[in-house]
Amino acid sequence: MADGATIDEICVTAIADGFRGDGEILCNPIGNVPVVAGRLAKATFQSAMVMTDTVSVLAANTIPLGDPDAERLVEAWMPYRDLFDVVWSGRRHVVMGASQIDPHGNQNFAAIGDWKKPKAQLLGLRGAPGNLVNNTTSYWMPNHSTRSFVQKVDVVSGPGYDRVSELSDWIQSNHEIRQIVSNLGVLNFSNEEKRMQLVSHHPNVTVEEIVASTGFELLIPDEVEETRIPTKEELKLIREVIDPHGLRKREFVKK
Amino acid sequence: MTEMEVIEELSDGMTIGIGGWGSRRKPMSLVRAIACSSLKDLTVVSYGGPDVGLLCATGKIRKAIYGFVSLDSIPLEPHFRNAKQEGTIETSELDEGGFYLGLLAAAHRMPFYPTRAGLGSDMLMMNPEIKTIESPYKSSDGEKGEELVAIPALNLDVSLIHMNRADSQGNGQFLGPDLYFDDLFAKAAERTFMSCEKIIPTEDFLKEGSVHTLKIPRLFVNGVIEAPRGAHFTECHPDYGRDEAFQNEYAASAKDHQSWENFKQKYLEATSHQEYLEAVDSITQVEESQNG
Repeated sequence: MADGATIDEICVTAIADGFRGDGEILCNPIGNVPVVAGRLAKATFQSAMVMTDTVSVLAANTIPLGDPDAERLVEAWMPYRDLFDVVWSGRRHVVMGASQIDPHGNQNFAAIGDWKKPKAQLLGLRGAPGNLVNNTTSYWMPNHSTRSFVQKVDVVSGPGYDRVSELSDWIQSNHEIRQIVSNLGVLNFSNEEKRMQLVSHHPNVTVEEIVASTGFELLIPDEVEETRIPTKEELKLIREVIDPHGLRKREFVKK
Repeated sequence: MTEMEVIEELSDGMTIGIGGWGSRRKPMSLVRAIACSSLKDLTVVSYGGPDVGLLCATGKIRKAIYGFVSLDSIPLEPHFRNAKQEGTIETSELDEGGFYLGLLAAAHRMPFYPTRAGLGSDMLMMNPEIKTIESPYKSSDGEKGEELVAIPALNLDVSLIHMNRADSQGNGQFLGPDLYFDDLFAKAAERTFMSCEKIIPTEDFLKEGSVHTLKIPRLFVNGVIEAPRGAHFTECHPDYGRDEAFQNEYAASAKDHQSWENFKQKYLEATSHQEYLEAVDSITQVEESQNG
């Protein structure tokens, strides 16, 4: 165990662990903490994955975050048009944000209130409708609260398991919400009912705290583990190689 | 052509496609010319950035059709946000990939292209005019063909795109990392006007970049406008990056009426692209001398 792992680094390895077993796919994290996590996974246990430089190429080397001039070992050109081809091929695992999520995994980052004249316009549907029915999706939610984990989302950008159960067999076999990592714990849908369940709580966070911060009934298995701490090697990579400027911390909302 | 000559080719109520992506290689000198014109009731089709925002703020848009509206380093376009929250524009928000298929359908003169994007999400609820179809091909075990979304063709009256280089015949060249969907915007439109950083002789194209950069043939272009720094303040690599300081000033102008009036007075009263650049540069110089 490495001393002094901070919560943002624990979230990084929790998201990175979500890529285990993915093989030769496009690892496509969005946001600083997810990008650090993807690059960490690729640099350590999941080297078969490909990743973009967040601009327009697939880069084989580990690029430091926030360094636009960093050297890239280019393995392919990946302009946006080709990125859609990869989405539709299914060979992709995307990590997106969510302003709201419900017990079935329906995700909203489009708008709060009536979408026609919203109280707060958010990002929009973006690529979520296509992502969810084509490739594996995970979510990163650095602000776990009863306002973000809600019984019903205002707009469905990315469909959850209840809605997808009404769709074609093809879609059902391609739709997967791998996990949700929040600032409090890790959650997934690995149960018969496909309802959100707690997998692990981060160190210094109690299960009760997570339950109180969730606006619906979470399934709580008999055993809820503590989220693992990054290894020494992982911490070194995160701090010195992948994110030397500490940009991952900016996204993190302090309790 | 000049920006003003392009404006004369446009009319109220037109459907206008704008190339680029977010705050990247937008034909901003043309967009500003529209913003300052008397045109109104436009339908704007775009992977939106400050083009959509500026035209929202100046009241030019009746309807916006988009995959997103973002300034990249500022995730949500603030003038667009205002227009949405005040309910001043009609919108058709599509999945980003679905939007691409709408352009592709228009480029191929097809009524629609099918996709699964939109099924299960609220996209269809938000766009009741978009229909689903049953695949005519049965799945191996199924009785019925699969249900698919029929993304309607995004047919455009006019497209506006910005390239790094062009010749006077209307051939265009991109030298940056991504063409985005500019070729499809050109093909999806009845007429396309293309601004560029620099007009060069045709024989110089291959000195600037490989044959792969020549993605806009004159078949699809009706007029060329030479506009150095014509994409300002959006990025136009390798000629220049995004002017983040200016973009921040633009974004801050969405704060309230007075901020917007100040911005308009400073930058939108210029009668030509050249005059606009002089306004931008003089203010940058003043700020630099103050900081120095």
